[in-house]
Amino acid sequence: MPHDHHDHDHLSPSGHPYRADDDTSLSYWQTMEIAVRELLVEKGVTTAAEIAAQIETMDARAPSNGAKVVARAWTDPVFHAALMENAGDATRNMGFDIGPLHLIAVENTDDVHNMIVCTLCSCYPRNLLGLPPDWYKSRAYRSRTVREPRSVLAEFGVTLPDTTKVRVHDSTADMRYIVIPARPQGTENMSQTELADLVTRDSMIGTGVAKTP
Amino acid sequence: MDDPRAYHLSMFDPDNPTRRWHDMGGDAAGPVPTDQHDFSMWEKRVDALMIIGAANGYFTVDGLRRVLEDMGEDAFEKMTYYERWIASVNRNLIEGGAYTTAQLAAKMAEVSARGDTYGDAAAPK
Repeated sequence: MPHDHHDHDHLSPSGHPYRADDDTSLSYWQTMEIAVRELLVEKGVTTAAEIAAQIETMDARAPSNGAKVVARAWTDPVFHAALMENAGDATRNMGFDIGPLHLIAVENTDDVHNMIVCTLCSCYPRNLLGLPPDWYKSRAYRSRTVREPRSVLAEFGVTLPDTTKVRVHDSTADMRYIVIPARPQGTENMSQTELADLVTRDSMIGTGVAKTP
Repeated sequence: MDDPRAYHLSMFDPDNPTRRWHDMGGDAAGPVPTDQHDFSMWEKRVDALMIIGAANGYFTVDGLRRVLEDMGEDAFEKMTYYERWIASVNRNLIEGGAYTTAQLAAKMAEVSARGDTYGDAAAPK
């Protein structure tokens, strides 16, 4: 409902906060978007239904998909091995549409903490996790993560022991990463569904850790 | 930027001409911004047009990025993410022959005549 008042502390299904209604005055670039879309439909390149379906597909991609992958990796050794070997194929076999890109899973342990970034642009495992958060695309995150990852992590509230090695993975258009966060202690008896609830978006980017139960 | 020299300088670091502005890994920068927003309908549509344009062979992700990078640092600072994307998607579609610049101009005039808000302009009468 377009005129509901959204609670600012609440996240949308995509993991982003809701934003205000889009009834501001029409911008030049919005005009271009409408024009391009209508031209493509008029020229027979696409249809309104196809555009709507694509938006629906993208909306359905959310961090909860990645959380299922992580929870399964924590509990299913055969899947874990397959995921670390080829994350693209392993997640495709779970039914996720990963597309043609290479997906690489990098796993956090007591000794190593992984983070992902795209210094050149905004490459992100979008087919699994949905669209990246705004900060992922920011100059500050892109610039500093490869130079001073620990101070970036501190801004996200993550402090690691000096003995933990921080490994930063720079994504490209064709090669995307997902972080498999360390499984929290005290979760030995939890089901995959319960475990998935502990896996946050940021924990799969490496700017967070999994929640403790 | 009317001065071609200014354009050139904005694109290349004179001390390191092979490194372009978008290659920002390792640069000094301020705190990571924490503001986030959920995507509005027009942004989701831009994203969908990128996927559909690429799926129909009009461009690749490299074509998308070429235009984004050629737009320069000024555009990065002044335009939002999906504003830059629609500019790039449009440029690639014109280059790919999906429609002409004249057709775009005529359509944009028609769209903006429909109303003052996105909602009005996006719903043809």
